Amino acid sequence: MKKKISNSRRSPFAAILVIAAGLVMSGGGYAVATTAVQNANVKTAVSAQEQIEEGEKLFLANCASCHGTNGVGTPNGPTLIGVGAASADFQVSSGRMPAQASGPQMAKKPVQFTDEQIAAIAAYVGSLGVGPDVPTEEMLALTGDTTRGGELFRINCAMCHNAVGAGGALTEGKWAPALDGVSEKHIYEAMVTGPQNMPVFNDANLTPEDKKDIITYLKYLEANPSAGGYELAGLGPVAEGLFLWIFGLGGIIVTTMWLGAKSN
Amino acid sequence: MSEKAKSAKEHNYESGLAVVAADKIKDPGIEPHRVRMTDKSPAHERSANRQVAALFMLSAFGSAFSIFAYFAFPITEDLGTVRANTLWLGLGITLGLLGIGIGAVHWAKTLMPDAEVSEERHQTRGSDEVRARAIEIIKLADQESGFTRRKLIRRSMYTALALFPLPAIFFFGDLGPNPADSLRHTMWKKGTRLAKDPDGTPIKASDVTLGSVFHVIPAGLAELHHDKLNEKAKAAVLLVRVDPSELIETEERKSWSYDGIVAYSKICTHVGCPVALYEQQTHHLLCPCHQSTFDLVDGCKVIFGPAARPLPQLPITVDAEGYLIAQSDFNEPVGPSFWER
Repeated sequence: MKKKISNSRRSPFAAILVIAAGLVMSGGGYAVATTAVQNANVKTAVSAQEQIEEGEKLFLANCASCHGTNGVGTPNGPTLIGVGAASADFQVSSGRMPAQASGPQMAKKPVQFTDEQIAAIAAYVGSLGVGPDVPTEEMLALTGDTTRGGELFRINCAMCHNAVGAGGALTEGKWAPALDGVSEKHIYEAMVTGPQNMPVFNDANLTPEDKKDIITYLKYLEANPSAGGYELAGLGPVAEGLFLWIFGLGGIIVTTMWLGAKSN
Repeated sequence: MSEKAKSAKEHNYESGLAVVAADKIKDPGIEPHRVRMTDKSPAHERSANRQVAALFMLSAFGSAFSIFAYFAFPITEDLGTVRANTLWLGLGITLGLLGIGIGAVHWAKTLMPDAEVSEERHQTRGSDEVRARAIEIIKLADQESGFTRRKLIRRSMYTALALFPLPAIFFFGDLGPNPADSLRHTMWKKGTRLAKDPDGTPIKASDVTLGSVFHVIPAGLAELHHDKLNEKAKAAVLLVRVDPSELIETEERKSWSYDGIVAYSKICTHVGCPVALYEQQTHHLLCPCHQSTFDLVDGCKVIFGPAARPLPQLPITVDAEGYLIAQSDFNEPVGPSFWER
């Protein structure tokens, strides 16, 4: 019996088997442990105070190197006192924060945290000072006036974000992002907090009702195709002009050459 | 015999004052005729015949299809149907017209005679007989109509023809009047409240938080019936609040802002587009048409692009109720240059 075991120990598969068993056990154990931690997170989220404390831990680990402990700001990042929970929720849940590197503008990246963690960070930043809160479901319902939303969008937003929300260039490497596919919550939060170089549109400027109209208009644009045919990214004269220069003039040149050529 | 004389002889006319180069390029003549496949092979001829017919049939199909598409893709309440309607109608009539055109050209190129011929230009000058006959006709007409003889008729006709275009001068007068000084003034005057575009709600200084941008019209514009758009085009203003410590203000303009709130004309001094792309952190204000960039905290000076002048600033203050009001009109004309400026 003993001999048998020691023989099989020498088998070339033994080492692989042992490593595999070890991996499964440690990995599985880790997975169980993390799930347990996550479950614990869900449970603690019930209490607002505990959520803020959880958020503070995440903030210290992920944000404080630039925004300072207690969000007072450093030369590398602005103060977060008074920016509100909406601002933190927008930056983190759209993947713009935590920033990868400093540059003219923070780009969208894959989101780094779970929904619970983002809610905790937002609650913590919201607790630092008075600022706009994360909008409720009811504020984001697509029940606004599409026509009025279109008018408000053209007056307040279209100069940077383009009349159909296709986005556009700003100075020195910055840009106004396209709004196609941006969630209702992010559009609302961007308006009310003015992230990065976007100006702030507070509730005195665009009332919650105005914001709802604008979101309804943007979602209408997303859901309905352009009546005027293929949009060419909605960029207007640049894309349309390029298309005509290449395919319109190209077609005319090819036709002219064919007209002038002798038949074979 | 000189080149000049030779060419004169060839063409039977004088070359006049034209300089004829001694080593001019020889006329290469007509290039050798190349026999087409459709002339050599009956199979190719038959296939070209079928191709032309197919193109004409394609055209017929396209035209019929566009009639079908008119009924099959109607425009309904849903704006998206415009797209399908335009696309299929357009494709149908494109096939209808292109089929005829390409078919006709293909027919001419492959099946109609392709022998090269050259035709000499004829002289522009008519023959002596034709010229003499023309003079005869003119003289006869003059004699029969009495154009030279009847002075009264001739002179009254000249008068009629000279006066005929004159009424147009008075009609075109209606294109005016001259803008006079309307380009130098806007709706803004002392005490006009700053209001939100488009609904005309007056704006309180406390509403304008740091980093906010308001698109502003003069209060009362929304109720205007006559010339509303012209007035709006001149009076549109952008209202921004920045940290007062960031503002660089001349002595004269120190009183034009209110607690970091500044108001500038939204009409670009280049060609009059609405300048409204505001970057909150850099305080750059961009024009979307030609990328003129203005520095909002430094009197809206031009820092990039084709605009020639800073944007005019509207002097503002607050009234007793806390609403933002204009101190006066702009102190210079808004918008692009004009002759008398």
